[in-house]
Amino acid sequence: MSAIPAAAPMSAAEQSRRRLHLRRKRTNVVALTLALAAMAFGIFWLVWILVETVRLGVGGLSFSLFTEMTPPPQAETGGLANAIFGSLAMVTLATLLGTPIGILAGIYLAEYGQRSWLGSATRFINDILLSAPSIVIGLFIYTVVVARTQTFSAGAGVLALALIVIPVVIRTTENILALIPNALREAAYALGTPKWRVILTVTLRAARAGVITGVLLAFARIAGETAPLLFTALSNQFWTSDLSQPMASLPVTIFKFAMSPYENWQKLAWAGVFLITVGVLILNIVARTFFRNRI
Amino acid sequence: MTELQMLARASAALAIAAGTFGVSAQDMTGAGATFPAPIYAKWADAYNKATGARLNYQSVGSGAGIQQIRAKTVDFGASDMPLADDVLAKDGLMQFPTVIGGVVPVVNIKGLAPGQLKLTGQVLGDIYLGKITKWNDPALTALNPGVALPAEAISAVRRADGSGTSFIFTNYLSKTNADWKAKVGEGTAVNWPTGAGGKGNEGVAAFVQRLPNSIGYVEYAYAKQNKMTYALLKNKDGNFVPPDADNFKAAAAGADWSKTFFQVLTDQPGKEAWPISGATFILVYKAPEKPVNIANALKFFDWAYANGDKMADDLEYVPLPAAVKDLVRKSWATNIKDSAGHAIAWK
Amino acid sequence: MSAIIPAQPHRRKDGTLRAGMNDRPPAARRAMPWADALFSTLAHGAAWLTLALLAGILVSLVIGAAPAIREYGLNFLWTSEWDPVQNRYGGLVMIYGTLMTSFIALVIAVPVSFGIALFLTELSPSWLKRPLGTAIELLAAVPSIVYGMWGLLVFSPILSRFVQQPLQSAFQGVPVLGPLFSGPPVGIGLLSAGIILAIMVIPFIASVMRDVFDVTPPMLKESAYALGSTTWEVVWRVVLPYTKTGVVGGIMLGLGRALGETMAVTFVIGNFNQLHSVSLFEAANSITSALANEFGEAAAGLHQASLIYLGLVLFVITFVVLAISKLLLQQLKKREGAVT
Repeated sequence: MSAIPAAAPMSAAEQSRRRLHLRRKRTNVVALTLALAAMAFGIFWLVWILVETVRLGVGGLSFSLFTEMTPPPQAETGGLANAIFGSLAMVTLATLLGTPIGILAGIYLAEYGQRSWLGSATRFINDILLSAPSIVIGLFIYTVVVARTQTFSAGAGVLALALIVIPVVIRTTENILALIPNALREAAYALGTPKWRVILTVTLRAARAGVITGVLLAFARIAGETAPLLFTALSNQFWTSDLSQPMASLPVTIFKFAMSPYENWQKLAWAGVFLITVGVLILNIVARTFFRNRI
Repeated sequence: MTELQMLARASAALAIAAGTFGVSAQDMTGAGATFPAPIYAKWADAYNKATGARLNYQSVGSGAGIQQIRAKTVDFGASDMPLADDVLAKDGLMQFPTVIGGVVPVVNIKGLAPGQLKLTGQVLGDIYLGKITKWNDPALTALNPGVALPAEAISAVRRADGSGTSFIFTNYLSKTNADWKAKVGEGTAVNWPTGAGGKGNEGVAAFVQRLPNSIGYVEYAYAKQNKMTYALLKNKDGNFVPPDADNFKAAAAGADWSKTFFQVLTDQPGKEAWPISGATFILVYKAPEKPVNIANALKFFDWAYANGDKMADDLEYVPLPAAVKDLVRKSWATNIKDSAGHAIAWK
Repeated sequence: MSAIIPAQPHRRKDGTLRAGMNDRPPAARRAMPWADALFSTLAHGAAWLTLALLAGILVSLVIGAAPAIREYGLNFLWTSEWDPVQNRYGGLVMIYGTLMTSFIALVIAVPVSFGIALFLTELSPSWLKRPLGTAIELLAAVPSIVYGMWGLLVFSPILSRFVQQPLQSAFQGVPVLGPLFSGPPVGIGLLSAGIILAIMVIPFIASVMRDVFDVTPPMLKESAYALGSTTWEVVWRVVLPYTKTGVVGGIMLGLGRALGETMAVTFVIGNFNQLHSVSLFEAANSITSALANEFGEAAAGLHQASLIYLGLVLFVITFVVLAISKLLLQQLKKREGAVT
């Protein structure tokens, strides 16, 4: 039965404080809603691109995609076998070529060159190479290799791709080696292990998962690169496994087919796009999740 | 196992893997014009089925074809623009024609059927100069009474890359539109006053297919294969003719190939002559550094001359007359020699 | 105790030395004493090789561009005439196209990335953080040719109908913005290329921003909360100023990516070497697109040299952007070291 006292009327100061408080609350809600919208915006593009790729590419999937060569325009049959093989071959060789150099340079940066001028210079230059436009790399290889050997060749394409792999592997190797605690190294030194053995059998082994992740990410990155192959490996409508000849690759073939007005070529282009996207995404997901826990 | 043993095993595996990539003969590489790319692709496919030899032709544009044969990175170059005889002599090249085709203007206007729209060289030039900007411009409606032309802006499409098709097209515009000749001129790559650039004949066709109210120019095989809306053109005799193989043949009828292969077939006289016709050419070295590859390439073209006429007809290209083919074969024998001075044996 | 492990294992109890022992410590027994030097040489060699590669690229670019540099000097940068017939070249159109598309990309990508980073660090429930973060990073993994194809075949018709045409009719006649939206609304041009670049660049900027927001000391944020700040105020007034150098570094990273992108741009930019209007809808050209289209056919001479000159300019622009971003990130590291 006790009466609740009536609320006292607010003073002017209280009223303005309340207005300010409401305004701040409103701003907060608006800003957070916009943030949510931004997130949705980003996810929307990813979903749209993936859905379109799947929708347009799945229709072109068939066994013949992997067994038949790239066809002439308006042909009834045809596949992407030579392009798939060419891509796999060139990307694998480029990774095999670039990874040892990249790992060695990463080892140098993390183990030998932490404070030397060569180390800082290499770090800086590596970052430049990492952001270098890939078409300029392709032009460089054209001038130095293709114009000299007077033939477009898959070997030149491998070199161009390797030039893109090296900075990626250097960056990831250096980052992961820097994370390995020094206590591990010092324990090995204390047992009398020579430096090279410490690096190879202790540090690198501990960093194994991260280094492999870096190599996989580099592999995925060059699998989708078109520009460096345009002027080096050119393309080939037939099957070839000869490194001194032009070789077809998925991205260049897609580029050629997508811009064409022929229906059979466009269908193959979307199927190729589907293959590359699925392959690259799977590699990325595997690299990030599977190896994340082993570090 | 020590690290050294592991390293040795890895390098051995790498060496074996690299060794599986072997060299094979009978592979020739050519690059150049997109104009004849459909027929070359068909011929190469049939030749591969017949003989197993592989002719890798990359359609990168006539300009690139000329440049790459000069840089000796390919075995032969292909160009719709013939090189002048003195330029050929300076570079040590020779050229020979393979087929004759036509460049046709194509449009993308809703409701218009192929062959309905009539154009002249003067009007085409004005469109590409940017002087005529809308489809219902008086110059266009005067030529096409009774055709419903929309009041929309014209989206012109032309080649972004160096193109022999562009050369044939701009050569025709220079002959029929004085303003174009003064302001722009002719060539594989000109300073286009307007228009979005597509890469290759394929790119232009793809753009015209996708952009409403656009106009472009492509080789007839591209227009036919993709069922595009082509326009009629007024030829030198004053008739509006449609593009087809017979009309290309009519345009080529007056050409005299016996003195030189440098022939430009635009704006030729003839009742049915298609005004933007042209031959397409192959460029090879007279003293090639890899005679085996050139011999294989000549074998291919010899085979194509003998067996490829029907395939060319299907794609609305005009095969060369038999007399011209013989002239070409004779010129191979006289001009292309290996290092010892003997004519290359392609038979 | 002393019986199990003698204090001096090399002496008998009576003080004499055991057979084969002496007072000196055992000689260092190393298999392959040259291995250390070899490995060190290999590692140093790899570092030198990286330096040599960049030097080689720069040298070959400069040598290739030399005829054009000699002919035009720095005027190349603001001459817009590109005429292969008359052999006169100027790079302004391509440089403008590259810079403009990257600018449009940043204008769109930076606020969106900020929103995404804000969401991932403050708003999202923790079970959603990892998958959403991975999803955004997957956008970065999609190859650029996919963006190009999707952009031309799927996106540009929709852009033309639902964005460009309404924009054009809305702003017709408006003094400043009108000319910006004039031109053919066909989905090809600077705007389309800029939007597609924005989508490509969002994952780079967003992940750097998210990483940098994550390492803000919780004490700073909690102090702000304790004073009654809203979440937005904490981010805007505490986290962002604290991380601003890292954020700018991330933006520079995205900018570097946008500047060097070839395939996505060349599909939709229209390849037009003219600059006669400010319209965003006009076809244009970028350095990378010009290189992709014209290099194969450029006659060795002024045309090829001018194209290589353009490549050199792009390299220098990327270098400058990178240098600025590294300077800023270095400042951030120094500041982190100072805070305990």
